[in-house]
Amino acid sequence: MFREDQLEKIAAKKESWTAKLEATKKKRPERQSQFATDSGVDINTVYTPLDLKDMDYERDLGLPGEYPFTRGVQPNLYRGRLWTMRQYAGFGSAEETNQRFRYLLEQGQTGLSCAFDLPTQIGYDSDHPLAQGEIGKVGVAIDSLADMETLFDQIPLGKVSTSMTINAPAGVLLAMYIACAEKQGFDKSQINGTIQNDVIKEYICRGTYILPPEPSMRLISNIFEYCSKEIPQWNTISISGYHIREAGATAAQEIAFTLADGIAYVDAAIKAGLDVDTFGPRLSFFFNAHLNFFEEIAKFRAARRVWAKVMKERFGAKNPRSWTLRFHTQTAGVSLTAQQPMVNIMRTAFEALSAVLGGTQSLHTNSYDEALALPCDESVMIALRTQQVIGYEIGVCDLVDPLGGSYYIESLTNALEEKAWEYIGKIDALGGADKAIEYMQKEIHNSAYQYQLAIDNKKKTVIGVNSFIMQDEEKPKGLLKVDLSVGERQVAKLAKVKAGRDNAKVESLLKDIREAAQSNANLIPVFIDAVKEYVTLGEICGVLRDVFGEYKQQIVF
Amino acid sequence: MSKKRIRVLVAKPGLDGHDRGAKVIAQALRDAGMEVVYTGLRQTPEQIVSAAVQEDVNVVGMSILSGAHGTLFPEVIKLLKEKGAGDILVVGGGIIPEEDVPALKEAGIAEIFGPGTPLEEVVKYIQANVKN
Repeated sequence: MFREDQLEKIAAKKESWTAKLEATKKKRPERQSQFATDSGVDINTVYTPLDLKDMDYERDLGLPGEYPFTRGVQPNLYRGRLWTMRQYAGFGSAEETNQRFRYLLEQGQTGLSCAFDLPTQIGYDSDHPLAQGEIGKVGVAIDSLADMETLFDQIPLGKVSTSMTINAPAGVLLAMYIACAEKQGFDKSQINGTIQNDVIKEYICRGTYILPPEPSMRLISNIFEYCSKEIPQWNTISISGYHIREAGATAAQEIAFTLADGIAYVDAAIKAGLDVDTFGPRLSFFFNAHLNFFEEIAKFRAARRVWAKVMKERFGAKNPRSWTLRFHTQTAGVSLTAQQPMVNIMRTAFEALSAVLGGTQSLHTNSYDEALALPCDESVMIALRTQQVIGYEIGVCDLVDPLGGSYYIESLTNALEEKAWEYIGKIDALGGADKAIEYMQKEIHNSAYQYQLAIDNKKKTVIGVNSFIMQDEEKPKGLLKVDLSVGERQVAKLAKVKAGRDNAKVESLLKDIREAAQSNANLIPVFIDAVKEYVTLGEICGVLRDVFGEYKQQIVF
Repeated sequence: MSKKRIRVLVAKPGLDGHDRGAKVIAQALRDAGMEVVYTGLRQTPEQIVSAAVQEDVNVVGMSILSGAHGTLFPEVIKLLKEKGAGDILVVGGGIIPEEDVPALKEAGIAEIFGPGTPLEEVVKYIQANVKN
């Protein structure tokens, strides 16, 4: 990118400058003996063209919307439309969550993101013994289509896009969403949204798995195939680094483990006979925005470049849309502190800014009270306003990839890419992500432990926790509480649904699901038939558990 | 004569999959010289109590971030007492609102460690309060 003679001149200049720097350091010693990013990339005092001397602009950066997409997936990005402001919400009953959804839409949110409670995520109905104490706690409880109808009451599913954080039973919840949209009078081809559907990271770090890897991968391929034919606008998977990062991974590990999971899904779908360009364009991703500002921006850029190369070079995808890595971002929950919680507003704002400068397609900003409880209406509103300030007031959305060409950002993007390829190589050698779960868990745990030690020995400053501590801090008031009666009401509602449906038909539909599961048929159409007759999530997942068995976690620490 | 090593069961009750904190604590206790068994995810109170008795531990440390602590923590205490293991020191951690802490202590949880607790503090608490 630079002429040889220019570089020579800069190199000579830098040599004399370095001597001056050393002299300065003697007078003004540095705060740390060494500076490095969270992924362990050493940080120099300053960056110059010398750090980018091997860079080839066209090969490594290109223009926005062009391979290798380092600078973004669209030519005009936020000059066209801002990212989708999408706050993850859901708690208690379908009625309460419906109210929160409508509140968020009234406040100017542009898409929905639904949180389900743990029994729903693990495929148990609310009347299951293991659901005890968990109903409606971390999200909304959905047992049958009846709950889904309440959840989206007065929200037109043909017009709003919805992201659903659902993995192991994603096919069943998708079936309910389709059935609900049709009942509202929309054609299923009009619906738009995302299911997370990323089971490998559930094995690695999030924990809401049901079935072993092989049938799980088959269900995912079934979804890819069904959606490519029937609901072409749907994002069939959100391959998630978010939780990998929350569990402790570094930025480089987040890129590598997420994309390695992506490679495993593409491999499985190709093995199931699908063409990479039929499902490739609908794959989407989900990343974390953590505190180390520049490293995060570089991370998003590096991830796009690595994925473009994976899809084009490794899988031979021909459709440019298959090469693009489109992603949702959430700010880092793990960076929030229970101490001086208002400070979390600032942390979240900087994290969100890194996601925007990194070119995210949608964004969730955490609320300041989330280290204490589920967010209240007020804290959610401030979180959404934070995005609106970034989008409308500070001018960062008026051009694409504003930090592209920064000597530091480009150098860091290269360094993270290099580290990511190294990890991907290791995972390939273990047989792919679905075979390397324990390896990734070990790496993540080691990073998490080092991070905590760095906080404990004050190598890493956390305001309110190990520095600038306030004695007699006033405790925040008005935290949201989910009361236990939600569980009782939900169980009663479920009993009423079961009493009011055609139970002979339910039995026959469950038999159809069993037979489809035992054959090679695509399971999604039979799920849709079943949920329309109010067959419950727990009943469907019960059949799948029976046919395929359950995943048993290896304990690694 | 050297003192017997403290044995700890680190457990994840309920359906919650967030085990970063549980594993970090487990590692810190191990590095502090304790013998640590980690249960893995999705343990029922019955499974936790049976593991505690079988492993003959002095301490049970439980972590919940899903909000199910009010139901599951007291259930573990109740079952431990039924099994004659009421002398085990039981501590908890996770996302636990301060207003829930008195009821949990009343139920028999000795201490609750919230977000931001230094590892050293947990280690020292256990060393000082374990009935060995």
